[in-house]
Amino acid sequence: MVSSKSLHKTAQIRLLSRHPEVYEPCDDSFALVDALLADRANLLQHKPRLCMEVGCGSGYVITSLALMLGEENSGVHYFATDINPHAVEVTRATLEAHGVHAEIISTDIASGLHKRLAGMIDVVVVNPPYVPTPEEEVGCEGITASWAGGENGRKVIDRILPVVDELLSGKGWFYMVTLTANNPSQICRLMREKGYASRIIVQRSTEEESLHVIKFWREDIAEIEGARAVASGSESWLSQFPLKSFWRGSTGSSC
Amino acid sequence: MRLLTHNMLSCNIKGVSNGFPLRLEAEKWVEKEVELNADFLRGIFPKIEWKALAGAARAIGYDALPDEADASMLDSDDFLSHFHHALLELHVEEGTLVCPETGRRFPINKGIPNMLLHEDEV
Ligand SMILES: C[S@@+](CC[C@H](N)C(=O)[O-])C[C@H]1O[C@@H](n2cnc3c(N)ncnc32)[C@H](O)[C@@H]1O
Repeated sequence: MVSSKSLHKTAQIRLLSRHPEVYEPCDDSFALVDALLADRANLLQHKPRLCMEVGCGSGYVITSLALMLGEENSGVHYFATDINPHAVEVTRATLEAHGVHAEIISTDIASGLHKRLAGMIDVVVVNPPYVPTPEEEVGCEGITASWAGGENGRKVIDRILPVVDELLSGKGWFYMVTLTANNPSQICRLMREKGYASRIIVQRSTEEESLHVIKFWREDIAEIEGARAVASGSESWLSQFPLKSFWRGSTGSSC
Repeated sequence: MRLLTHNMLSCNIKGVSNGFPLRLEAEKWVEKEVELNADFLRGIFPKIEWKALAGAARAIGYDALPDEADASMLDSDDFLSHFHHALLELHVEEGTLVCPETGRRFPINKGIPNMLLHEDEV
């Protein structure tokens, strides 16, 4: 267990737990973990204390984050929530198989936690149900809840955003997967109104969909972060990704 | 479920104003040793509702925590190690969290509290 911990910075597929009603890691999950890996040096420097994943599914992402950033000895603790009772069980098994720990809560987004944890979470990661579907599929039991996003796939996303804003600490970072159909530029505008800057960290296009992982952080800290990132040359990885300005009004890496 | 999590959970039923702390009824708990990180403990201390932590620890038979605590105590190694043990090393595996206002019971199974609400509670 110890050796697998030190050798791998992401969760291993062969150690994942599974259940027919739980979302298996897919392109979106991998894109999110790749985004976190790409930003890992910054994250380590950022020294988060509390991290949270909303909608942990198989546990692939939160397990990877814990492997990347370390645990108690580095002073980082993790929370993971899911609305699907099978998912939280699978996440628990996946974490255990990798020898890492997160506190798991079966709940809607962060209900029951958001009051006391307000302003305390330094990193939030979300791969939300983002697929445009009929409204009545949203929040259905089991695996349907893992993709069903209602109109423009925004139904759950739009409920998650204000909760994340409440949870994040002053230096908080928020990573979220979106689909072009979700109108990510409008999401960025919404978040800008709440005081967040944003940047696309990963973009992936498959035949059916175009995925983006967007990172959000509070504007005032943004300037300092930007300056530091440039100074340390840590933006260079950006060039690995085809960062076209694929939505209106977007030039370069911010949206 | 660590007592850290217990300290962060409150009843989420609509209209409940006094949903913290949830009363802990533990049936099964385990201890898992983890490395003590003093910086983490000092950083999180101001956010911890001490009475809730001490009460929850007592509910699972750990009574080394004082009834009240203030930041000056963080200089004591003994205090830190008790705080560490209560907050991070005690895991409730099976039990119930009870809302102090409504008596609503939230089960904890295999270490996972279930805060999902029924339709009429949202
Ligand atoms: C696209 S899946 C992602 C799963 C996993 N994080 C991954 O990346 O592979 C979305 C997850 O969000 C969960 N979910 C959907 N609506 C939710 C809600 N309101 N609160 C918490 N979790 C939710 C689903 O059950 C599902 O596990």
